[in-house]
Amino acid sequence: MTLTETPTDDDLAAGLEAGFEATIARNDRIEPRDWMPDGYRRTLVRQIAQHAHSEIIGMQPEGNWITRAPSLRRKAILLAKVQDEAGHGLYLYSAAETLGVSRLELTELLIAGKQKYSSIFNYPTLSYADVGTIGWLVDGAAICNQVPLCRTSYGPYGRAMIRVCKEESFHQRQGYELLTTMMRGTDEQRAMVQESVDRFWWPALMMFGPPDADSPNTAQSMAWGIKRNTNDELRQKFVDMSVPQAEALGVTLPDPELRWNEERGHHDFGQPDWEEFMQGVKGNGPCNAQRMAHRRRAHEDGAWVREAATAYAAKGLDTPRSSLGGNSTTERTGR
Amino acid sequence: MDSHIETPPDDEHESAYSGLLVNDAHWAFGTDFEDPLAGVDTTIPDGVDAATLGTYALMLGDDSLVMSHRVSEWTSNAPDLEDDIALSNIALDLLGQARLLLARAAKADESLVPVLPEGSPAPPEDALAFFREAHQLRNVRLAELVNGDFAEATVRVLLFSVWRLAVWERLHSSRDHVLAAVAAKGVKELAYHRDYAARWFVTLAQGTDESRRRLLAALEELWPLWPELFDTHPVEAAAAEAGVGVDPATVREAAEGVLDQVLAAADVASPASPRRSGVLGRTGRDGMHGEPLSRMLAEMQSVARAHPRGLW
Amino acid sequence: MSELPAEGGHGAVPLADVPTGVGVPAPEKEWPLYEVFVRGKRGLNHVHVGSLHAADDRMALLHARDVYTRRNEGVSIWVVRADAITASSPDEKDPMFAPSGDKVYRHPTFYDIPDDVPHM
Repeated sequence: MTLTETPTDDDLAAGLEAGFEATIARNDRIEPRDWMPDGYRRTLVRQIAQHAHSEIIGMQPEGNWITRAPSLRRKAILLAKVQDEAGHGLYLYSAAETLGVSRLELTELLIAGKQKYSSIFNYPTLSYADVGTIGWLVDGAAICNQVPLCRTSYGPYGRAMIRVCKEESFHQRQGYELLTTMMRGTDEQRAMVQESVDRFWWPALMMFGPPDADSPNTAQSMAWGIKRNTNDELRQKFVDMSVPQAEALGVTLPDPELRWNEERGHHDFGQPDWEEFMQGVKGNGPCNAQRMAHRRRAHEDGAWVREAATAYAAKGLDTPRSSLGGNSTTERTGR
Repeated sequence: MDSHIETPPDDEHESAYSGLLVNDAHWAFGTDFEDPLAGVDTTIPDGVDAATLGTYALMLGDDSLVMSHRVSEWTSNAPDLEDDIALSNIALDLLGQARLLLARAAKADESLVPVLPEGSPAPPEDALAFFREAHQLRNVRLAELVNGDFAEATVRVLLFSVWRLAVWERLHSSRDHVLAAVAAKGVKELAYHRDYAARWFVTLAQGTDESRRRLLAALEELWPLWPELFDTHPVEAAAAEAGVGVDPATVREAAEGVLDQVLAAADVASPASPRRSGVLGRTGRDGMHGEPLSRMLAEMQSVARAHPRGLW
Repeated sequence: MSELPAEGGHGAVPLADVPTGVGVPAPEKEWPLYEVFVRGKRGLNHVHVGSLHAADDRMALLHARDVYTRRNEGVSIWVVRADAITASSPDEKDPMFAPSGDKVYRHPTFYDIPDDVPHM
């Protein structure tokens, strides 16, 4: 730990930066204790924290249907899914914490409106088909975003994403399976699915962010290995992936410009309403106020509970268990 | 569908979890949601009245169904993420129990299952959950109350799971294979729910002045419904007599013993408040409920009832 | 316009000019951080799977079962307070981690997994 020689600060800084650059160049991972440029750290915190916020806020639109799920099997699936989203938020907050921020601080930045979350969650869920559509399109788009992040240059973020992606694949499958089941049901159900897809298609395309031409900082994020693909690349991939899935499902996608381009080997497609998107980012979307109020209320209502646990722990009345094996659950409670 | 999430096998950074992913059942995404009674012997034991067995299973199933629903309302509303996940787990466990028990009730006595419009594909568990009226539900009233604060949830889960665990530890040896299997799985779940709630009960009681005040208020509020849990309904008596069920009165001492330990650890005295009476002597097990249950069902059943021929 | 990356993860989020909270000390009322290690099955080592917040050790164990194993029976879990871990790293001698180093970088989590861990 002690240094035998004391290099100048400038030498030290140059060496650290060179080491960081070399790690990135080797396509190796940066770990929490490594030196990293301040801009890299801050960009990561913004990205990871807001990803975490998205997971937590994202519990609400689907959570809206837990109490009304139309079968017990669907209720179990939906409850497990929304629970996973809390887990994803937790993994991601943990990754952000390795960068020197606290979860509580991040939560407070969220509820103060200073940090954001994905605008997709500012759209309302209006029918049970939306549970399926969110799984298929919204989680599908998220997977397109997140799979490349498993190879992001920051180790903890990449590792959190591996687990998140595993669970997201379950989410996407359950959504698509719900829709295919509904399409085999009644005419009303089929109409419900189509209406839901019509409503979520464009917002799903917005999830990839504005066109590359309007994203001036992409280059730095790509150079740092934080970002692996541009917005337009990912959007194209998502469209190409979704078109055959829509055909298999038996729904149409609400874009008159959507067609296969033989020359490019990709689908051509239209642009979403970027003005509506920006309104959502600015806080003027259909559910921004509702989502924020819900999160703020849950956080504030929980304050006395969190304080009680801290106070109880400080009293040192409890002794830890030495182990937690399979049979611990049969132990008596109390002390 | 998931082919596009495959990761290159040569990238060792992406296999950090492979050692943990040997069995997907460990994780939520591997949870099995299929036919709850698949592969279980559903033959009715000799000498057991099918209607008794069916109604008894329905009572236990309704407890799970209604309690699960109330706990699930905590999702995205809990004091912190870890507790949000914990409460969702409790709701999921109870929901799993409900599915098994309602399916058991339907299998034992088909006449319990509401008749749906011709062509409805709803399985019996869903016909029971989504197409009965409040007075047809047989859950104890403790389960159906409108949610209060986190102290109320803590006390409710504690009382419910202490009682239920005491019953299910005996139900484990039911002559009915299904109920025995449900109980064998359920005791582990209930013990966890009880530990979780007991842990919070002690913490809130000895945390801050505010948490203690809230905890005592919640206990005072719920205590009048505790004795109802140990009433013996004629169906429970008959099920116990037939060796398939448990008379809850017989576990009262054991349950109170456990609860006393928790109260002592928390330095909380049992409230003195008297039990809550029923209507014309009838309570939850008789299908006589409070006002909140029908409102809860109106919400819970709304989509299923709007699409009685729907396929979900 | 704010930079909106695709990888907000679950969708585009602005990055430019968003406050980060970096360098803001952890509020004292926050529950301490715990690291979680899970033995997925017999014959394997405990492996670091992530972290969580809990007021004390027992709560940390309960939470770890909920968050990281969905309470699978037979899985063994260790939890340890993050600030109880002593760690080394190749870059330990960088100034940030001098003995008087900044305590906000207190999280030793997600370190590399040793080579001898099977199935990794």
